[in-house]
Amino acid sequence: MAFWIAISPHNHIQKTTSALMRLVIYATIPGILAQWYFFGWGNLIHIFLATTTALVAEFFVLSLREKKIPQQIFDGSAVLTAVLLGVSLPALAPWWISVIGAAFAVVIVKQLYGGLGHNPFNPAMAGYVMLLISFPVQMTSWQPPLELMAHNLDFVNTLTMIFSGFTSEGFSLEQLKTHVDGYTMATPLDTVKTNLTLGLTISESMNNTVIGDHFGIGWEWINAAFFAGGIFLIYKKAIDWVTPFVFLFSLFVFTFISFMLSPDTSSSTMFHWLNGACMLGAFFILTDPVSGATSTKGRIVFAALAAFLVFIIRQYGGYPDAVAFSVLLCNMCAPLIDQYTRPRTYGHSESKGEGNA
Amino acid sequence: MDSIIQRIDKGQFWKFHGGIHPPEQKFITADQPIRTLPLPNELILPLQQHIGQAGKVIVNIGDSVLKGQPLTHSDHPMAVPIHAPTSGKVTQIKPSVIAHPSGLEELCLFLEPDGEDKWCTRNICTDFTTLSNEQLIEKIANAGISGMGGAGFPTHIKVNNSAEIEYLIINAAECEPYITADDLLIREQSPTIIDGINILHKIVSPKVVLIGIEDNKPKAIQALKNATKNIEYIKVCVIPTKYPSGGEKQLIQILTGKEIPSGSLPSSQGVVMQNIATCYAIADAVINDVPLIKRVTTVTGLGLNKPQNVWALLGTPVGFLLKNCEYHTQDTKQVIMGGPMMGFSLPSDRVPVVKITNCILAPSEKEISTKDEEIECIRCGQCADVCPAQLLPQELQWSAKAKDHDQLNKLNLFDCIECGACAYVCPSHIPLVHYYRIGKSEIREQKQLELKAEKAKVRFEARKARLERDKKAREEKQRLASEARKARMNSGTTEANNEKSAVAAALARVKAKKQQTPTNDDNATEAKSSQANPQIAAAIARAKAKKLAAKKEAEQTEVSATKNIEETTTPDVESTPEATDKPKDKKAQVAAAVAKAKAKKLAAKKEAEQTEVSATKNIEETTTPDVESTPEATDKPKDKKAQVAAAIARAKAKKLAAKKEAEQTEVSATKNIEETTTPDVESTPEATDKPKDKKAQVAAAVAKAKAKKLAAKKEAETAKARESQSENIEETTTPEVKSTTEVTDKPKDKKALVAAAVAKAKAKKLAAKKEVEQAKTQESQPENAEETITPEVKSTTEVADKPKDKKALVAAAVAKAKAKKLAAKKEAEQAKAPEPVPESVKDIASSIDDNQTSVHVVESSVQKKENQSDIKNSSHSGNTIKSLDEEVEQKENVKEDDKKSKIAAAVAKARAKKKEEKSAPITIEEDKKNRIAAAVAKAKAKKQQRSELN
Ligand code: SF4
Ligand code: SF4
Repeated sequence: MAFWIAISPHNHIQKTTSALMRLVIYATIPGILAQWYFFGWGNLIHIFLATTTALVAEFFVLSLREKKIPQQIFDGSAVLTAVLLGVSLPALAPWWISVIGAAFAVVIVKQLYGGLGHNPFNPAMAGYVMLLISFPVQMTSWQPPLELMAHNLDFVNTLTMIFSGFTSEGFSLEQLKTHVDGYTMATPLDTVKTNLTLGLTISESMNNTVIGDHFGIGWEWINAAFFAGGIFLIYKKAIDWVTPFVFLFSLFVFTFISFMLSPDTSSSTMFHWLNGACMLGAFFILTDPVSGATSTKGRIVFAALAAFLVFIIRQYGGYPDAVAFSVLLCNMCAPLIDQYTRPRTYGHSESKGEGNA
Repeated sequence: MDSIIQRIDKGQFWKFHGGIHPPEQKFITADQPIRTLPLPNELILPLQQHIGQAGKVIVNIGDSVLKGQPLTHSDHPMAVPIHAPTSGKVTQIKPSVIAHPSGLEELCLFLEPDGEDKWCTRNICTDFTTLSNEQLIEKIANAGISGMGGAGFPTHIKVNNSAEIEYLIINAAECEPYITADDLLIREQSPTIIDGINILHKIVSPKVVLIGIEDNKPKAIQALKNATKNIEYIKVCVIPTKYPSGGEKQLIQILTGKEIPSGSLPSSQGVVMQNIATCYAIADAVINDVPLIKRVTTVTGLGLNKPQNVWALLGTPVGFLLKNCEYHTQDTKQVIMGGPMMGFSLPSDRVPVVKITNCILAPSEKEISTKDEEIECIRCGQCADVCPAQLLPQELQWSAKAKDHDQLNKLNLFDCIECGACAYVCPSHIPLVHYYRIGKSEIREQKQLELKAEKAKVRFEARKARLERDKKAREEKQRLASEARKARMNSGTTEANNEKSAVAAALARVKAKKQQTPTNDDNATEAKSSQANPQIAAAIARAKAKKLAAKKEAEQTEVSATKNIEETTTPDVESTPEATDKPKDKKAQVAAAVAKAKAKKLAAKKEAEQTEVSATKNIEETTTPDVESTPEATDKPKDKKAQVAAAIARAKAKKLAAKKEAEQTEVSATKNIEETTTPDVESTPEATDKPKDKKAQVAAAVAKAKAKKLAAKKEAETAKARESQSENIEETTTPEVKSTTEVTDKPKDKKALVAAAVAKAKAKKLAAKKEVEQAKTQESQPENAEETITPEVKSTTEVADKPKDKKALVAAAVAKAKAKKLAAKKEAEQAKAPEPVPESVKDIASSIDDNQTSVHVVESSVQKKENQSDIKNSSHSGNTIKSLDEEVEQKENVKEDDKKSKIAAAVAKARAKKKEEKSAPITIEEDKKNRIAAAVAKAKAKKQQRSELN
């Protein structure tokens, strides 16, 4: 009797990479819903556009590279990239923003580096940064929350806005952004930054309409939803808790120190936590295994560094939000971090384990 | 230590890094008692079931063996025997598939049970405490016990440790899913196990014995606790279930918090670990004198209707176990030996249970999927999180795929215990362990290669240095010798002059006379040298010559004979140019004369060709030492001894010739002669400080005598040994060559010469042998021949350089002489081609003077060519002779000018016809004679070749 020959171990955890990716995608749903609730259909449309583009691009490249197309195209990584990109784009950005961004992320950032597992940068964030640098106007035109808008922004309006630049009623994005009182609204982070340059203190900025009662109308809830999704992922063991925890904790430490030193120019920790892409970054982007550090020690360093960069850029940099930039910078450092945070192998003395780096 | 025990008492343990919790699946078999199976129809017992050495089989096919009877034995400490698991008959001993991941075949002993299950006699030992540690260890070793948990390390080695041991850890963790063998064994046999532990405790004498057991075996824990209630030094440590807590290093870490440094043994940290099943086997062996012949094996998996633990006799084929547990066939059959994490799938159900087989897993398809698609690593780091060795599996995997061995070493690949935890968790389903195994074996292989290369380099350098040394020594010796000789020759004593002229005259006569009267030549030479017993020698020589002449018939043999001669001359090639520079001395001439005489004899004898070859060999061997010893020893009575020696040599040669019937016999005989002569030869230089001459000769004589005896004996043996000889040529010759060169380092003068002679002789023998073999083993021979020849040729040339002076001359002379004889015979046959002799003879006379030097050069070059072509030839089989001749001829034609060759031809022919006439011009001058002889030789060689071509 001849038997089937297999390699040990013979039993195997039931997890697979694509299942993992799918789980992460599901975990973004609360955040996306919150976005939809506070900002309308824009992001959903962008997610749809980005996903389609990403899949087409993936198919295209995979067929060029003669890989196993059906298996790889649905491994979830392209869709996840597209979703994350779509989530982070300004809701009313023109359609081609997400198309270019997704295509860039998949073709250049991921596949050109060798496909899944080989990309040094987080594709979504690399795409985002490329867009931000190439199309600063479109990429900084953030729509105010629906409740503050003077005009009705239903699905059709959003669609025409994204595809033609005008709502069906003929309003431009600029008009949409204008408050009933006649001033242009920005994101809370933007607002604070602008106000600081105008010489206003943080506490004065906090009275701005876009911030509302707490830390920013809509944004606080979106971040909270992403936080919930992240907790779900940790619960599911899909991501390691270390990275988000260290990231948020470091952000807290930095903001706290800053607040101690200069309360008038430093926003609160909660403001940082619940604005911009903070939670998205902490749970969905920094935890991307491919472009992150691998060992626990490395992840701690990686996350702390990211928090530091986010804080510095938000506080002193030229851009209001900084998650994308700091993620890319950390991605660059990841191999180095890995080198210097190799765990000590069992039975080897400490010095040797480190010295191998 | 104390704090550790306190912690243990409190039930606090350390943690090892990583680990996983695969589904345990132990429930499948945990609740049924261990079943005893009927005897299988056949037992397959691999000779080696442990790490280390296999023993030698001490039973024969067809033997009936009793249960418990040892089947192998070895004195190697790392070897443990195997025993007959039941009584029966040994049916075969042959390679068979064994329990190994690669489906390797190894030597197995097949036993057919007779069903009686009859024990051999046993000594039951009721109280092991009366035995000494040595006795206990011996019992353990003789019972064939090796680690039963996994690696199979011989137990007696592990416990026989001089290191101070603090902890004896008994591994009952059994962390692999599915397996319940130890669990059940503990439940059913805990008293015996405790006996085993006590025995180990006595041998190892640790401070404390820790039994590590995972908390998923409550019944076994209870059994152990009950059994150890009253034993203070045994502590049952219940550890949390986590794979791989049963790994040696992991369990040590859990229980003691100690890490075993990479590359060292646990005993270096005062820890010894034994598997709990081994403890049972030890108790059984020591107390009941039952060797390790059976073990508990978990036969499990949802592919079986009746999964359970069984007492399996070692050697039971897996198929038998499966049948007894009702394996229902499936499409994808997969049977795993060992657990699902570290076990390996079996290539066939003929694989037998061995000492380490704790589980046979026959999973259903649902249980263990056989189709996992590997995708790219996503660097999730989960593998690193679970790795108990704290490696970076993902980085290892990249480096292994890229074959970056340096990086693999840097990442401590060899600390991987292949537990499979990383591959278990990898979401990309990368078979990580597989890559590590490949990487490891590649690195091991590379290391082996490097080691080999290093050794070869060292050897090469040593050889180079030695050759350099030899060369220097040789040059120095040569310089001294030539100075001495010059001084003597120039002394102008009458003696010296006499010698010269006498020898010259002798030579002249030799040549003048033809084959009919070869003996006269010999006589002449000897007579001229005139000191002592010339008559005796002469008489002997003559007698022989006549006998020989009578024998001449077989012409065909000449062809091969020439070939032999050519081969035999090769070692001389290099020495000839140098040698010819000084043909002044007497000895050289004497030697020449001797050689010629021999050559004639040889020609005469030709029926058995190899016979000749070996004869000449012997002659050379015997003559050379004599000749050598003369210059040093015989400042006065030089001639005498030389002649005597020559005479003796000849006498022997003839005797040998007479004996020759079976040719191969000779060949091998000569080989033996050499072996036998070498010791003699060595002794001579030491002994002959004073009476050198005689002893040397005596020694030579003795050697020869032996040689003959051997030759006689060898006939019977060689018949058989011939095939093996041809294979062994290389092996046998190389040591000889080596020994000769070594010998030459010290008593350089004589031994070197002797060695040279020996070397030459060997070269010839080989040549002779080759012919013999060619006839038979034409296909197989070329390879061997090539290999065999090269060392010979090297050695001969090396050696030949050393004793240039005399031997070289002798050899040269011999060579020439032979060539002549052959030629002479040819002519006798060819006798048709008449040519204008007188003119050409005259031509010779005039041209010789001019062409002296060139003739020599040409001669040597011709010989060299022949030498080369011989070598080449011998490496090809079949019609070698023709191609050889063609080659030689072509080369000759290119280099030699027509004139010389014509002259030579003319001379040769002239001789063939009118022998008296020819001899006249030659007798005039010594120098000329030599040269003429050379020319003649060449010419004849050519002719011969031509005739052969035709
Ligand atoms: S198989 Fe090797 S690398 Fe993988 S977890 Fe086990 S020890 Fe670590
Ligand atoms: S578990 Fe597999 S996919 Fe994850 S890092 Fe390790 S090798 Fe790569």
